[in-house]
Amino acid sequence: MAAGAHAALTPALSPTAREFGSGANRGDRVFEGVVSLVAACVPLLLLGIIVLLLLDALPALVRFGGTFLTQTSWDPVKEEFGAAAYIYGTVVTSLIALLLAAPVGVGCALFIAEYSPLWLRAPVSFLIELLAAIPSIIYGLWGFFILAPIMRGAVEPLLKNSLGNVPVLGALFSGPAVGRDLLVAGVVLSIMILPTITAVSREILRAVPDTQREGMLALGATKWETIRKAVVPYARSGIVGAAILGLARALGETMAVTMVIGNSSTQIRPSLFTPGYTMASAIANQFTEADKEIYFSAIVSVALVLLAVAAVMNIAARLLVWRVARGPGAM
Amino acid sequence: MSRWQRRRLINALAASVVVLCAAVAVAVLLIILGHVAIQGLPSLNVAFFTERPLPPGEVGGGVAPAILGTLEMLAVAATIGIPVGVATAIYLSEYGRGNLARAVSFTIDLIAGLPSIVIGVFVWAWLVRNVVGQYNGLAGGVALAIIMVPILTRTVEETLRIVPDPLREASLALGIPRWKTILRVVLPTAQAGVITGVVLSLARAGGETAPLLLTALGNQFFNLDLLQPTAALPIQIYNYARSPYADWQAKAWGGALVLITLIGVLSALTRWAIARRTRVV
Repeated sequence: MAAGAHAALTPALSPTAREFGSGANRGDRVFEGVVSLVAACVPLLLLGIIVLLLLDALPALVRFGGTFLTQTSWDPVKEEFGAAAYIYGTVVTSLIALLLAAPVGVGCALFIAEYSPLWLRAPVSFLIELLAAIPSIIYGLWGFFILAPIMRGAVEPLLKNSLGNVPVLGALFSGPAVGRDLLVAGVVLSIMILPTITAVSREILRAVPDTQREGMLALGATKWETIRKAVVPYARSGIVGAAILGLARALGETMAVTMVIGNSSTQIRPSLFTPGYTMASAIANQFTEADKEIYFSAIVSVALVLLAVAAVMNIAARLLVWRVARGPGAM
Repeated sequence: MSRWQRRRLINALAASVVVLCAAVAVAVLLIILGHVAIQGLPSLNVAFFTERPLPPGEVGGGVAPAILGTLEMLAVAATIGIPVGVATAIYLSEYGRGNLARAVSFTIDLIAGLPSIVIGVFVWAWLVRNVVGQYNGLAGGVALAIIMVPILTRTVEETLRIVPDPLREASLALGIPRWKTILRVVLPTAQAGVITGVVLSLARAGGETAPLLLTALGNQFFNLDLLQPTAALPIQIYNYARSPYADWQAKAWGGALVLITLIGVLSALTRWAIARRTRVV
């Protein structure tokens, strides 16, 4: 993730020495041919992924059409498939994750870029990036054995008692606290996307020119006023991009979510204490169970929807991040 | 309270909130690592690393086939992923211009953003169903290679881009052909970046579970045949964690500790390699 974020900020290189000597001898032509051919495999691979998924998804897409996205019934026996509950689970868990991780992640980035003493900068960056290196399955294990009991025993009852009776909002915190539900999945996801949001926001904050800060400080502003009025507005679209990249990561997370979300209900209920499914966890759970062609096709359709959503989010995020990285002209 | 005092108070409050955010993030990391270490250590012993899993109910055994399987599949992934990733990086940095370069660069980002489970579904449909006909380790390795390539390409490409042009020019001025310049001058100069990319992508691939569930499936026995279902450490952790047996659950934590240590050692090795071999970068 950090590498990707960095790449987004790399400016296009001017063609200078790289143009020299091209095509001079046979070795050059062969070498250029080979690396071009290998590179050309990358778009082909993506095309292959899309085509293959589309072929397998076709039977379900033809049979259910638009109702595949709006129906909640997922019944292999009656052969009725609608992914609305999975989409709902994905959206809700990802939004919880974003709500928790975005403020903390931007705070971490501000600490590293603006507040931290120089000697602390690298260690803190490194530690937060370590969060990204921990495999998804270990988050799942930790969530399953450590976080879920805490959520069930302490956090969820607390939320229920304090917010449960508030009109509208209370509906989110109703029903028995089970510890394997949308809320727990969202909390685990928030930890997993925190390093993404931090790393990208940090790069964005670094791209803000110092003249922005100096101008504001020279006017007598405090450090916080400088950040709020001169730094953050300049970096805003990039920070939104960072949040969307985090959201995109949350949408596709599989193992950690599969272990804590409960994998049971296919109904849409307002309570966050509902055990549910996300698109990714539904695929992981049911892929090997699919015994009929239409059932299998429906699962691949879910994968296709997931692919489309992830692609759109990534493109949107990168456009936003580029805008800041390119400088003030693009604002 | 005067206006100036209020502004200073808000300034101090904001600073403490920011510090708190960083502290929370670091604390969460330490808590998770701490839990893995404390829960995982007791189940580590010689048998854990050398024996195969025992049937439920029998205490003992180990996860050796899973460790072996993970190494097998990482070897497959590295064999495919490293040449492809490095060649793509060379193309993007040294040759890439025009529509193909833009398409490659764009799709690298998209593949990097693909949920790994989607890659699993793709490799299943392609290799497991159509080519081999059953779950197999080779397909697992290919899935991991697809996850490696974007990370590797981006890291290597960035390093190649910051290799100074005068180095290329000096080499070309001596009459050395361009391909030799790239392989003998540019790539060695970017060595640290290449090593970082390889290790980063291997560490990431080694922890992947979801695509392996759909391709390698897992196996309780030692297996060197890559066309058979193959065990992997993350799959073993997943299966053990979901089991109702205390002994298996303890082994899941042990596996998690081994996996994290493996990734930690890989990362530490990279830092060491970079510190020793850094020339320009």
